[in-house]
Amino acid sequence: MTVSAASRLEMKQISIAFPGVKALTDVDFHTAAGRVHALIGANGAGKSTLMKVLAGAYGHYTGHILMDGKEARIRSPKEAKQHGIQVVYQEVDTALIANLTVGENIMLEKTVHDMTGRHWVRWKGLHQSAQAILERMNVKVSTRKLIQDLTLAEKQMVLIARSVAMKCRFLVLDEPTAPLSKTETEQLFRLVRLLKSDGVGIIFISHRLPELFEICDDITIMRDGRLVVRDEIRKLDHQQVVEHMLGAKLDGQFPCRKREIGEICFEARGIHDSGKVNDVDLHIRRGEIVGLAGLVGAGKTELCRALFGASRASTGDMYLNGRKLRIKSPHQAVRSGIALVPEERRREGIFVDEAVSVNLTAASLSRFAKWGSWLSSAAEKKAAVEMIANLGIKTPNEQAKVKNLSGGNQQKVAIGKWLLVDADVYIFDEPTKGVDVGAKRDIYDLVAELAARGKCILYASSEISEMTGITDRVYVMYDGRMIKELESDKTNEEEILLYSTGGL
Amino acid sequence: MNAAGSMREKKPFHFFEFLYKYGTLITILLLIAVFGTMTDSFLNSSNIINILRSISIVTIIAIGLTVSLAVGGFDLSVGSTASLANALVISMYVWHGQSAGLGIAITIAFCLVVGLINAFLVINFKIQDMLMTLATMFVFQGVALTYTRGATISQNMIMPNGDFATGQIPKAFGKIGQVPWIIVIMLVVVAAVHLFLNYTKHGRYMYMIGGNPEAAKLSGIAVSKYRLIAYLVSALFAAIGGIVLGARIMNAEVNAGGPYLMDAVAAAFIGYSVLGAGKPNAFGTFAGAVLIGILSNGLIMLSVPYYAMDIVKGSVLALALAITYYKRK
Repeated sequence: MTVSAASRLEMKQISIAFPGVKALTDVDFHTAAGRVHALIGANGAGKSTLMKVLAGAYGHYTGHILMDGKEARIRSPKEAKQHGIQVVYQEVDTALIANLTVGENIMLEKTVHDMTGRHWVRWKGLHQSAQAILERMNVKVSTRKLIQDLTLAEKQMVLIARSVAMKCRFLVLDEPTAPLSKTETEQLFRLVRLLKSDGVGIIFISHRLPELFEICDDITIMRDGRLVVRDEIRKLDHQQVVEHMLGAKLDGQFPCRKREIGEICFEARGIHDSGKVNDVDLHIRRGEIVGLAGLVGAGKTELCRALFGASRASTGDMYLNGRKLRIKSPHQAVRSGIALVPEERRREGIFVDEAVSVNLTAASLSRFAKWGSWLSSAAEKKAAVEMIANLGIKTPNEQAKVKNLSGGNQQKVAIGKWLLVDADVYIFDEPTKGVDVGAKRDIYDLVAELAARGKCILYASSEISEMTGITDRVYVMYDGRMIKELESDKTNEEEILLYSTGGL
Repeated sequence: MNAAGSMREKKPFHFFEFLYKYGTLITILLLIAVFGTMTDSFLNSSNIINILRSISIVTIIAIGLTVSLAVGGFDLSVGSTASLANALVISMYVWHGQSAGLGIAITIAFCLVVGLINAFLVINFKIQDMLMTLATMFVFQGVALTYTRGATISQNMIMPNGDFATGQIPKAFGKIGQVPWIIVIMLVVVAAVHLFLNYTKHGRYMYMIGGNPEAAKLSGIAVSKYRLIAYLVSALFAAIGGIVLGARIMNAEVNAGGPYLMDAVAAAFIGYSVLGAGKPNAFGTFAGAVLIGILSNGLIMLSVPYYAMDIVKGSVLALALAITYYKRK
């Protein structure tokens, strides 16, 4: 951690493309040792890609990376580390070994790279060095504790400690505060300030504006794989940052809807779920599309799962058409007339090894069973073929396995499953995530059509443009709380994003 | 698909895909050809019946295991449950003088309790099925041993108080263990479970739970209920296996069901790939059991000494598994 104060990191004209997408176009980025630099942008703006280039995760970019004005060749993670660039990714669990101790995890890379020719581990020395790092960082965790017994915040500290154990000139923190509580965040900030005073350059990726304005010196805003603004953060305010993130709008991607909104049909009161959802009230009218806005980690998914009975610890009251619902499991939710299209399609929404028809009839199989249980394959096939045609699912036939379809078509299958059920309430959780533009439009049309049929729709998404584009009313979540209710006609993306990022 | 598309439907021949689908069946045919040419009596109808009889108990137990595999579980306690059923059913006749029907009914009832206990532990404590049923395997093996006081139960055995047991095993019960009934029972079990898994809503739900439990739960399927049913079915067929075993040997030896476990596991896993099913299935399990049965029988015919049999048996199983699971990346 000995760094000259003038140490500079520059990335010049960085471009990178993946099959079918240009992820970054001529991005310039620079920061210096002893500065905390905010990197911000909407989903898909390219900030993570840029940081991965810096970390050596991709070898095929074009452009230059300079350290102290000298060309630095960074094409592999090892080269990045040799130049003192360390990254702490958001998913801390993937980088830690859960059944080893804190000390072993902190010294992991030293054990891997610095032990050429040595074979015996010196346990005492290992724990002493790890302890010394933790003490300097002012973190009070025993080096002999197992990682699996730590809290998320402590795991993050261990990862930062590991980075510091190596040569560390620039430290990238990828959305470090998303899973942290307020006190844990303050502890992290103390650590960031300490590292900064030690001369480490910190690049801080976050969506939470108040935090960025609290801890950062400079800011770089990205949009659609390009640099938009780079400036000192005190020269900007929340409103300007949000405007730069959003840029110009695309028109015509959302369907025009005739709105026929009826009386309140579905209502939820006092929904709680173990710290991730706090005292949420909401109601949906017949034929209404209600948006659920908020950043990743704001508690949207947890709320959707709680409403569907898929969370063990959730509490609260729900009413459908004035009748109180008793929902302890998804099975009961489906019987009560609630449907959920989950966020993690492959893990939660579809059966990849089964045929399209099996997937489509999964939630409504009783309709195709004679004498209570004997399946009528003809009726099942007919329903599947009709649904494939209605939704425009691109598949050779209804017997094809779902794993062979594209992401958008898989999502249509996951939605189609619920159209055969005829529920009253449809909950969509990030339905357009990882879906191409054409399929997106189809999904919007589907949602609009369901609303036209008088269904209640809850539409959770972190794509802000979808909120103004398709919904009638928007609830904004921040940190597990419903902090604002907005009329979609009377609001705009800037306002929604501002509330989502905890601004105002 | 347009006309040009359907013309191209004729896919290039994928060798390993072909092996995956038909590997087990080809191995069976190859073994029949080899044993048929090398021995005179292998293809006799009496020997074929002999093979079917010898695999019937393994098949019945393996079919129960297949159902537990279908929901993504793994019931390792089937061998112990079969031992318990064997001991219970024989003791009902020899010790308690029950009628044929009542003895079977009581045995099945007790074995369903075993399935209930397995299901309760696996579902409520969220412990991996294989580990939990490994534990209950020992427990139920011990229960069976304790019940028989570690001894063989047979007609006219000497009781602890010095008397001879007076109960007789009913003639009708003994019929179950003989040709043709033993083979008929096996075929009915295979057919019934095949129909259940492939043509009823419940079977479909079970495969869905086995394929993706989270998606099944979020599709509104009562996952716990079906896992419970699967363990009950598994215990039921283990019980039937044990009862048929009892009828065949007409006594209850110590841990008689135990050796059937590993053959049943092998049969069920070989069955995964049969005809490209890619998941546990009743017909495949039957084919797996046939493969193992032919192998044992043929090796005896070739006078391979009993102590070397397992070497050949294990090698051929490894080969069958290798050609079926060696798939393109």
